[in-house]
Amino acid sequence: MNWTWFYRLGSPLWFYQMTTRWLPWLSLLAFVLLTTGLVWGLGFAPQDAKQGNSFRIIYLHVPASFLALAGYFLMATAGAIGLIWKMKLSYMIMKSAAPIGAALTFLALFTGAVWGKPTWGSYWVWDARITSMLILLFLYFGVLALQYAFHNEESGNKASAVLALVGTVNIPIIYKSVDWWYTLHQPSTIKLTSAPSMHPDMFHPLLVMILGFYCFYVVALCLFTRVEILRRERKTAWVGELAARSSNAVEGAKQ
Amino acid sequence: MRSHASNGFCAYLRRDLRLSHRRLGEAASPLIFFIMVSTLVPLGITPDPASLALVASGIIWVFALLATMLSANDLFTGDYQDGSLEQLLISPQVLVMPVLGKVTAHWLVTGLPLTIVSPLLGLMLSLPEAGYFPMMASLALGTACLSLLGAVGAALTVSLQKGGMLLALVVMPLYMPVIIFGGATVQYGIDGLAWTGPLAILGAMLAAAIALCPLAIAGVLRLTSIN
Repeated sequence: MNWTWFYRLGSPLWFYQMTTRWLPWLSLLAFVLLTTGLVWGLGFAPQDAKQGNSFRIIYLHVPASFLALAGYFLMATAGAIGLIWKMKLSYMIMKSAAPIGAALTFLALFTGAVWGKPTWGSYWVWDARITSMLILLFLYFGVLALQYAFHNEESGNKASAVLALVGTVNIPIIYKSVDWWYTLHQPSTIKLTSAPSMHPDMFHPLLVMILGFYCFYVVALCLFTRVEILRRERKTAWVGELAARSSNAVEGAKQ
Repeated sequence: MRSHASNGFCAYLRRDLRLSHRRLGEAASPLIFFIMVSTLVPLGITPDPASLALVASGIIWVFALLATMLSANDLFTGDYQDGSLEQLLISPQVLVMPVLGKVTAHWLVTGLPLTIVSPLLGLMLSLPEAGYFPMMASLALGTACLSLLGAVGAALTVSLQKGGMLLALVVMPLYMPVIIFGGATVQYGIDGLAWTGPLAILGAMLAAAIALCPLAIAGVLRLTSIN
């Protein structure tokens, strides 16, 4: 089998060029999906029988929680690819995934707290799933802190990649925790294997929001990674040319 | 080959025990920390025995965790600074066994003494009588888990000047399952439930940690300590 395509994936230049081409379209798609999902979910989906309108925060809470978990997995996978195949690009993706994932985890916790107040009567409950989400946030913090603690970028990459991999031990625990200590949080309502127990009129906008969040995540990840590429590859010829071209353009615009 | 590997384990176990024997003050500090910090609880919360009894098991577990974590920071720093870690890395030995020896020595000088003095703290914090044996059993298994996980963090931060706080950030999330089941063991014992269940899960965690952590530690030491 020919593996050159695989190694081309590891080239920061190739990634930069591809994302330059694809980002506008992807951003547009994310924007359309998020707008549709939000308007549909907040404005047109039926009220919940018990929770009234307060359930509508689900349209932010669930996608954010999805991406918080998926983002950790992506970060750990990128770290593993970096450790195994020593690809520069995958370390850059790993580093970029950490702050985005931490922000999404925080968003999931925050929307959960806002949702919890009218539903359970308190902002914070020591429920298994909330606690696991908090631990996930701490895991992200650990990876971020470790990444920035090293002066030597290479060591920082490897150390945080290993930490991300070790932390993936936590991911199955997060999923299993619902079964382990079922307390206040309702069991997960969306299952990939069986029909959703939500009403389709409520579920369809949620699906759109989840897709929209995925697109948004990819856009954010690409933007973060592009900055990281420019920063780390600043001494290469192509970044120099790029900088020269854009400064020329600025000069031209001034004149 | 096998005798070679186990020799690495014994040699490093003996070496690290001898090192901590020569620096007894340093080796005893986690234990003293454990006892001193427990004194803060009655001062800070309440000296009322009934209230203390409610929180005693959790507090003892949290402080055991902190004491283990603080001492884990020094697991590899000495060897890193005097160059013996580098010697170990370039030696033809399987790295896993010496690493396991070092961690075992760490547990023998921190986790085991903590386990042994924990009834004293139980007495001071008026832990219900039924909790003593589950507490010692869970601490014995749990602190061994904590030593292994802490060693992963120590290996990650060994080449950093100020690794202490960072080590705490890195390993604290990994410690959480241990404290959940450790605390549950003691609570089950106090409530008169079958406490061997959570204890068995702690044992399973320890078995997994013994199998996996030395591999991770060895890998991390190779990756990060040689710049």
